[in-house]
Amino acid sequence: MKKIFLAIILTGLIAGATVFNSCSKTIDEQNMNYPMINPTRVDANAGNWKPILLTAANEFPVATPIATTSPDYIIQLNEIKSFQNNITPDEKKLVEYWGAGAVLRWNEIMRELVALHNLPPYQNADGTYPIPSANNPLAYPTFPFANPPYAARAYAYLSAAQYDACISAYFYKQQFNRAAPFTVDATIQTLLPKSTLPSYPSEDAVVMGASVELLKLLFPGDQDYINQRAEEHKRARLIAGANVRSDLDAGEALGKAVAAKFITRARGDRAGAAVGNPTIWAKLKSDCIARGETPWISQELPERPPMLPVFGAVKTWLFDSLTMVTAIRPGPPPSTSSQKFKDETEEIYQITKKLTREQLRIADFWADGLRTYTPPGHWNYIAATDFAQQNFSEARWARNMALLNMAIMDAGVVCWDTKNFYYGPRPMQVDPRIKTGIGLPNFPGYISGHSTFSGAAATVLGYILPSRAQAYDDMAKEASVSRMYGAIHFRTDCEVGLTTGNKVGAYSVARGHIDGAE
Amino acid sequence: MRYSLPKLLQKIIICNLLLFCFTQAKAQTDIDGLMMEKNFFCVGPTAGYSSWKNYWEGTLKRDNLNMGRVSTTNFMLMGNYGVTKRLNLLFGLPYVKTKASAGNMAGQKGFQDLSLMVKWVPYQKHIYKGDLQTFLIAGYSTPVSNYTADFLPLSIGLHSKNAIMRGMIDYQRNHLFATASYTYIARSNVTIDRYTYYTTEMHYSNEVKMPDASQWNFRAGYRSDVLIAEAVFNKWTTLGGFDIPRNGMPFVSNRMNATSIGINLKYETPVDGLSVVANGSTTVAGRNVGQSSGFNAGVFYIFDFTKKKKAAKKTDTKTENK
Repeated sequence: MKKIFLAIILTGLIAGATVFNSCSKTIDEQNMNYPMINPTRVDANAGNWKPILLTAANEFPVATPIATTSPDYIIQLNEIKSFQNNITPDEKKLVEYWGAGAVLRWNEIMRELVALHNLPPYQNADGTYPIPSANNPLAYPTFPFANPPYAARAYAYLSAAQYDACISAYFYKQQFNRAAPFTVDATIQTLLPKSTLPSYPSEDAVVMGASVELLKLLFPGDQDYINQRAEEHKRARLIAGANVRSDLDAGEALGKAVAAKFITRARGDRAGAAVGNPTIWAKLKSDCIARGETPWISQELPERPPMLPVFGAVKTWLFDSLTMVTAIRPGPPPSTSSQKFKDETEEIYQITKKLTREQLRIADFWADGLRTYTPPGHWNYIAATDFAQQNFSEARWARNMALLNMAIMDAGVVCWDTKNFYYGPRPMQVDPRIKTGIGLPNFPGYISGHSTFSGAAATVLGYILPSRAQAYDDMAKEASVSRMYGAIHFRTDCEVGLTTGNKVGAYSVARGHIDGAE
Repeated sequence: MRYSLPKLLQKIIICNLLLFCFTQAKAQTDIDGLMMEKNFFCVGPTAGYSSWKNYWEGTLKRDNLNMGRVSTTNFMLMGNYGVTKRLNLLFGLPYVKTKASAGNMAGQKGFQDLSLMVKWVPYQKHIYKGDLQTFLIAGYSTPVSNYTADFLPLSIGLHSKNAIMRGMIDYQRNHLFATASYTYIARSNVTIDRYTYYTTEMHYSNEVKMPDASQWNFRAGYRSDVLIAEAVFNKWTTLGGFDIPRNGMPFVSNRMNATSIGINLKYETPVDGLSVVANGSTTVAGRNVGQSSGFNAGVFYIFDFTKKKKAAKKTDTKTENK
């Protein structure tokens, strides 16, 4: 009897262990399941949409393409055929991956680079902190420290450049009207849904060309990786039979030309000075004390200067600095000596004392801290995942992401302006009993960055996809309150951040109404 | 009786916590060469404390002023039942509490992972005037609470389900003994509270692929009826995973390795069936873990469920297993 019992237990355990170990550990990555672009509206007229920086869609010239009957074109068709002769499963996957959309995939590549670089520098031996240098990006501390404001700006430049590049390409598509290779030669296979758009210059290549240049500017130490992804993208288009080489070359060149204009803007947008200097850091604090308020103090050891305190002076997209200061920047937070301030501090302490697992989950879910794509990246992911279900054209993808990311960056500028204008403390500075279950950001509290970013993003996304407006609003509210669950913001920081973000978002929506894409 | 260990020793168990998270991996009872007699049930609580100030960020040893000293306190209930003298069932359930002495990170607490083990002696032999025993041990552990694994180093555990397979050999001659074991720990993927994370690349999933782990354990020392004193060497190796980046935070699927040394003491009190245990250990090498040192102490009592025990209160258990 005992022996039978014994045998059963052992057999069971060994079987259990075997099953356990042979279980698939493969992870289903959500971003590998996006459908391939197959627009319900091709947006052939996108060349008439209003550009962001370009004076006109045809500001940069594109050479007249060679005829589809020319010997050189035939050679290009044969290049596709050579690619298509014996397509491997990996190549098919590559085609499908890039087939989900150029704007989507290059946005994703930027999210990955942001996450990779979202780490604060380690201190020097003397307790100061080194500042990453774009001129020496691979030396420690590597450049950039892709923190939320840096990331917000990066996504905005990428998306804005992609948009202008895209409408420029669509303009020339109509002008030259050169057919796609699979239309010219019926023996060319198409591994993607057939686009009825003229294929010269390639919309994929124009987005790629613009993206590569912006990414190289923003992530100068990762050029090898960026180039590798660009080559992969071009190869995918050829294997797919969607473009001939000259479609790609013309698109890439146009994208690069458009990008140059954005790079010039970026070099002059004052972001390079956003880190400030010891004089500025000291003045922010002394100005706050002079107003009779308790200033923010870094809780890190050694004390770290505030993150990009002059980011509030960076050039915005949707309004000018006067509008920002007079019409958008919110009024002051409750005085640090007021009863309301004391009550709000106590409220956060009580939250930490009674924190539920669900509240911690919400705080974790929205934390988007170190080694993540940041809150702006989170909203890009939310947008991309929803847009992928909408059968948008490449041009509409670009337009919608540009509206979103210009709003997010401008929300960041407004938020950082407000933070450093008032220089308000965070809960644990004034009540050391308060601890966080996430991470404590190293800059002033009022107003909450997450709330401002989220308010702006939800407003723009609700405009683009009205049926989801309530859902976006709910997400923004959850992102906002998550900062109270994380015990790193007062209620006022969050609530005012959210409404300020909504205001910024409205400027982007106003642009959407007049950009010709509605 | 020739092939069995002294009676008292068979009754003693030492219990410890298999705490994967940022402390050296430790486990006893299921990793020592002792077996409970048939129908005896040993059970008891242990308490332990371990802490570290320095840790390995990848292979770089450093401290962190924003955490200060990170400490783990654990309380554990352990039990070991003798189905037969050669087949034991074991369980352990720890309650874990973490704390950082500096900075703003909130300590975590909760019940961690329940572990269940089967310990079997398939072969034993009297050889060279000593006793040789071989063991096969299989076990399973699973989280019993919904704690977050994504707040290292303060998370109370890694939240994976683990299948544990161990081969072990023990040799004792007079009062001197040595034990060696190798363990393979198959770990399930874990789920975190967010749907993207970065390892060495971006992942769009809330599921994290966990590398398996292995453990070498060597121990040797003195065993008598009333006292066991042994030195322990333990090497935990994660079979994959990635390093904490420069000035980054640890992540659940890091390559966590730890080599530790320690001392265990077990004493059988004059009260029949009551034993006390104490042990201390320190981490001598590691990767992506804290350089943890700590101690544990526990009290165990052995309940006798033999039929004879029921019939007559005082019985010599030696006769039970003949």
